[in-house]
Amino acid sequence: MTTETSKKFNIDTVENAAKTPDTELPWAELGLKQNEFDEIVKVLGRRPTGAELAMYSVMWSEHCSYKSSKNHLRQFGQKVTEEMKKDMLVGIGENAGVTNLGDGWAVTFKIESHNSPSFVEPYQGAATGIGGIVRDIISMGARPVAVMDPLRFGAIDHPDTARVMHGAVAGIGGYGNSLGLPNIGGEMVFDSVYQGNPLVNALAVGVMRHEDIRLANASGKGNKVVLFGARTGGDGIGGASVLASESFDDTKPSKRPAVQVGDPFAEKVLIECCLELFKGSLVEGIQDLGAAGISCATSELASNGDGGMQVELTSVLLRDPTLTPGEILMSESQERMMAVVTPENVEAFEAVMDKWAVEYSWLGEVTDTGRLIITWEGDVIVDVDPRTVAHDGPVYDRPYARPEWQDAVQADTFTGSVQDAGRPAAPAELAAAVTELVASPNMCSKAWITNQYDRYVGGNTSMAFPDDAGVVRVDEESGLGVALATDANGRYTYLDPYHGAQLALAEAYRNVATAGAIPMAVSDCLNFGSPEDPDVMWQLAEAIRGLSDACMVLGIPVTGGNVSLYNQTGTTPIHPSPVVAVLGKLDDVARRTPSGWREDGQAIYMLGTTGAELDGSEWANMRGHLGGQPPKVDLEAERALGEILINASRDGMIDSAHDLSEGGLAAALVESSLRYGVGARIALQDVMDRDGVDLFTALFSESQGRAVVGVPRSEEVRFTDMCTARGFAHTRIGVVDAASGKLEINGVDALSLDVLREAHEGTLPKYFG
Amino acid sequence: MTELPLIGEAVAVAAEPRLAGARIGVVTFPGTLDDRDAARAVRLAGATAVELWHGDTEIGDVDAVVIPGGFSYGDYLRAGAIARFAPLMSKIIDAANSDAKLPVLGICNGFQILTESHLLPGSMIKNDHLKFLCRDQVLRVENANTAWTLDYQAGQEITIPLKNQDGQYIADEKTLDALEAEGRVVFRYVGFNPNGSRRDIAGISNAAGNVVGLMPHPEHAVEPGFGPESLDGVGGSDTDGLGFFTSVLNKIVGGDK
Repeated sequence: MTTETSKKFNIDTVENAAKTPDTELPWAELGLKQNEFDEIVKVLGRRPTGAELAMYSVMWSEHCSYKSSKNHLRQFGQKVTEEMKKDMLVGIGENAGVTNLGDGWAVTFKIESHNSPSFVEPYQGAATGIGGIVRDIISMGARPVAVMDPLRFGAIDHPDTARVMHGAVAGIGGYGNSLGLPNIGGEMVFDSVYQGNPLVNALAVGVMRHEDIRLANASGKGNKVVLFGARTGGDGIGGASVLASESFDDTKPSKRPAVQVGDPFAEKVLIECCLELFKGSLVEGIQDLGAAGISCATSELASNGDGGMQVELTSVLLRDPTLTPGEILMSESQERMMAVVTPENVEAFEAVMDKWAVEYSWLGEVTDTGRLIITWEGDVIVDVDPRTVAHDGPVYDRPYARPEWQDAVQADTFTGSVQDAGRPAAPAELAAAVTELVASPNMCSKAWITNQYDRYVGGNTSMAFPDDAGVVRVDEESGLGVALATDANGRYTYLDPYHGAQLALAEAYRNVATAGAIPMAVSDCLNFGSPEDPDVMWQLAEAIRGLSDACMVLGIPVTGGNVSLYNQTGTTPIHPSPVVAVLGKLDDVARRTPSGWREDGQAIYMLGTTGAELDGSEWANMRGHLGGQPPKVDLEAERALGEILINASRDGMIDSAHDLSEGGLAAALVESSLRYGVGARIALQDVMDRDGVDLFTALFSESQGRAVVGVPRSEEVRFTDMCTARGFAHTRIGVVDAASGKLEINGVDALSLDVLREAHEGTLPKYFG
Repeated sequence: MTELPLIGEAVAVAAEPRLAGARIGVVTFPGTLDDRDAARAVRLAGATAVELWHGDTEIGDVDAVVIPGGFSYGDYLRAGAIARFAPLMSKIIDAANSDAKLPVLGICNGFQILTESHLLPGSMIKNDHLKFLCRDQVLRVENANTAWTLDYQAGQEITIPLKNQDGQYIADEKTLDALEAEGRVVFRYVGFNPNGSRRDIAGISNAAGNVVGLMPHPEHAVEPGFGPESLDGVGGSDTDGLGFFTSVLNKIVGGDK
């Protein structure tokens, strides 16, 4: 079989490469630049073979090597105190970071992008985004327990948005639901800047006992290397290099063949099979096959371990026997894992594979030569130092500078602009404005999406969309659990990348605290345009600097993440969109705080103060304005607010809490009312007097560090005493009214909850059926 | 002083010691998803959950069997079509049809497997709106005399989660008429038919009442804090589904409650 196969190719061996230095190689087509190709020749001391070229091209791609962002990303590792490290069991650099939860439990989570494939082929792109991030979590030795999806699409009424929306949502559901992982939250933003570059980010979280943590390294000379799971096919070839690391361009052929195709059933079986391997301690090291496929798995396992590996490539089980060695090395076929197994465990390993009917093939073994040697029927086609492939790729200090247009954008404030004409003031106008806000594409109910996701499976979901954070129980005995939220605001970050990134972190932090959880760790997915554009590069550098500074102040470390660049069409980049995920811990998920009020007569308090901050707001966005300065960041205030929310939850002082972010107080009041269909009577005079703002501003400003909470009458004194003692602004703004069926705000015409619900829930079905 | 939990009911269902000896098997196929949830429901109801593997050739010492939800074999051919040929399924079919009338509950994919196995009539096709749908569903218990519904009242309305892609129950008119006439429509969707099922049918039983299948998920409404009320505030309780499991346990153990 293999002999027949090999006859079809002209195998470019290392020996041949040494003899034919002048052979033309398609390095440019594979996404390499001239200087990078020259560097490969220098590293090897000869021209690369076709197979080596394939490996370097994918591993040195922007997507895999972080060559443009590496110099900046270092700050996440540098701006960390000992205190921040105390719960970090595994940090940046592994498949995903691991955080200590106590009681012997650990949690691992990570957010990644699958943007470009999701535009080219939305269903498969989004589906395999889930698949990839879930395999990262399994690779750490954890059982995946939940997923989340932050999404950003083009204008809601653009004809192509429906294509991407239907495909991506069905793909996320089709794959995630089939894995038995509850989808507990995410985001949905519509903005024409994402028309040609939708953002499909995927987060997965997994839990494990401390002793089960696994790392991706190949150690122990003589240990066996095995590839298991799905067969290798021709899908996703060059996904990381030619797809994820370049801008889209109409003049080039469709990149659809570079998108992978997912098989969730294979992945579900793979999850159970891996967990059984971990339980029996049958693997020494394990690595999932994602971007760059076998190239990545072999070079990373080898360079993280003893440094040597010998692999026979014809042993790889193929779906398509015509694949060339280079294609096999580059294929991003899904649902595959590579593991290192001691000779004594080979038999037990095979028994687990047989039980789950998972195909596997032994490819080779770990060596101590310091070389990664790949053969094709015994002929050497790759002979490299694996570090040069996996870790020592090019690093660029891309030039960056504050864009010339930034000052003009920041000077263009909403207040007094053309778009601000006719600002609502009369009670009827304000009521119409609130209704329009909660029906707007970005503020409307996302139930059309989330109802296509299974939020129940696993039986441990304690809170999910539309609450501020998703909450999952980890330990059924104690109730120990985790809360997760993801946030980003591309408009804020466009106006000011440094503070915009901090605002994303602040919101995710606030959401987790609002749920009653103690924030512990951060994962980020940095979605930006082309790093070769100095304007974009400045946005990226500023965002990373802002985010890493803010992590220091809030005392929570970044444990992993992903950078997605080249999100631009032609020369027009997306808004800089650093999506930040924060993970928190709840000692008992029974204490989690939902976002809606229910008990008649409970007091409603607003925490924090309101300034005239409408720039970059949803209101300004609805009026077609984007300019000025984003809301002010006050991380100390966020921290203080977080402590109040966490303590109040732990001590039973509040029954509901909802953070104020996009859409301001108006959005929060409507959402808290609609959560359980229970109305309220609100008066904002005290807030307006204290903060010197008018009613419109009180309702629509997006000042940070704020939340609304529902306080049982019996807890009011204790709660206000706590806020006073901590010097945190708090105002009683109203009372829950269970009988009225209305949201009544002084100075605003009464809003029927039925009308609000229809407006809030009607938008997505109107556009997407 | 006992502190009241903030969510869910103050008192979880207290498992009765006399039920602990009952053993309920929970079947796992490749692609089964809700097996651990079904096992948890069995435990919360007070019995012992026994893991059953699709490849097993004996059912072993169990008093009843739950075939849980999921996507067995990926449901790539037709939901449940491959799973019915598992070695264990032929044993379950025999035991369900035997004089002993082994109680069998098929949930979601389990229901689909039961129709594919011909333990129950009819079939499931894709939801009429063509999308996966996850929602809290109100059901009316039409027949409270099956092995799995004894603890409910006929006409009682319960709320449990529904989550599937292929949930539209269909059968020919003659079969539907027979099911109605024989009281074998066990559950009906109330207020909203989520998938286009004929005659709002959510679940049915065999003639003897020991085999019951339904699309919604009772095992996801068995624990305070993790059911429809806590997640979505639908009113009522988080534990409307627990009655399925206590019903069969009371039947197994026998005698008055």
